[in-house]
Amino acid sequence: MTSVEIPTILRTYTDGERSVTATGATLSEVVANLDSRYPGIAERLIEGDALRRFVNVYLNDEDVRFLDGLATVVAEDDTVTILPAVAGGSTTAELQ
Amino acid sequence: MTRYASLLDSVGHTPLVGLPRLSPSEDVRIWAKLEDRNPTGSVKDRPALWMVETAERDGTLTPGCTILEPTSGNTGISLAMAAKLKGYKLICVMPENTSAERAQLLKMWGAEVRYSPAAGGSNEAVRVAKKLASENPDWVMLYQYGNPANAEAHYLGTGPEVLADLPTITHFVAGLGTTGTLMGAGRYLRENVPGIQIVAAEPRYGELVYGLRNLDEGFVPELYDESVLTTRYSVGPRDAVRRTRELLAEEGIFAGISTGAILHAALGMATKAVKAGERADIVFIVCDGGWKYLSTGAYEGTLEEAEDALEGQLWA
Repeated sequence: MTSVEIPTILRTYTDGERSVTATGATLSEVVANLDSRYPGIAERLIEGDALRRFVNVYLNDEDVRFLDGLATVVAEDDTVTILPAVAGGSTTAELQ
Repeated sequence: MTRYASLLDSVGHTPLVGLPRLSPSEDVRIWAKLEDRNPTGSVKDRPALWMVETAERDGTLTPGCTILEPTSGNTGISLAMAAKLKGYKLICVMPENTSAERAQLLKMWGAEVRYSPAAGGSNEAVRVAKKLASENPDWVMLYQYGNPANAEAHYLGTGPEVLADLPTITHFVAGLGTTGTLMGAGRYLRENVPGIQIVAAEPRYGELVYGLRNLDEGFVPELYDESVLTTRYSVGPRDAVRRTRELLAEEGIFAGISTGAILHAALGMATKAVKAGERADIVFIVCDGGWKYLSTGAYEGTLEEAEDALEGQLWA
């Protein structure tokens, strides 16, 4: 089973779970598998046949947009991390 | 030549130093571009000065003007220094929960600090700044996220410097914030070094930072062009702190936490090169020194304690 890290904003779909597991040979299949158990979550991540603009997905910390996007091959011991895109750079430094 | 007519003239021309202990082999070497050696101690002196001088050339900035920027970090400090020396007034909009040291530093260089509500974080600071700009049409907002001069500073400075010092460069690794460093230096290096890999290290903050972000209202800097990058890594606080400490312990370089995240990605590329049996000369950016982050708790205690201390902080 592939481990999937869920951001706070999407945990309303996963009963509050921050980390869930899913099956699938590609990222696309993993998301479909998630959606079968947590209906509605796929629609928040995907628009048409691509990831939504402000959604970032990482396979073992590498941005899937630089791998094969939704077609990226996923292995059982991989970790998929979903995160919202946020402003970086020093405009945002050190909010405490 | 290390003599300059003024402090502003000394921006850039930073040293590139090898990391003999952290480099895995003689064929796979890691090099640190010490941007903390800039006048105010960070890489942001380059874009700040170039954004100001570009605005002067195109007539946007005229003598006595007021500059407005939503920033509580290194860009604000760099702009404050440049504004002071060039005779502009600078107003920085920053969230009211930003550390006291930042406001003190900005005020030392003569900047005025206006606060935005803590709740909205940096997005709220940008919103307040944009509102102030519309109410005061004679003020000039340089807006680092969308200003081409930000990336151009690196296209004209950082990129050529690195290539001149290390013609055998194979990888360039930098942080992804405004994206200016990677877009500018990345484009220059791609044009001049066939096959070079341009690698982004993006800070992954703790839960609290992302907690309130709506997936439909995310932020991608206007400067960002995905096609410049070879790949992009997300680096969490634990790895960033671990590498920041290794850099100090092994090579004696005292850097800020975002530099640790960048080093983590650089070491990842080094490991890949070793496994593939390929030669590599990997350059990464040291963004600033660790001084401004001592109070974050990143430099003391166990990694777990540092990770806990950084939860909720935007450490890069």
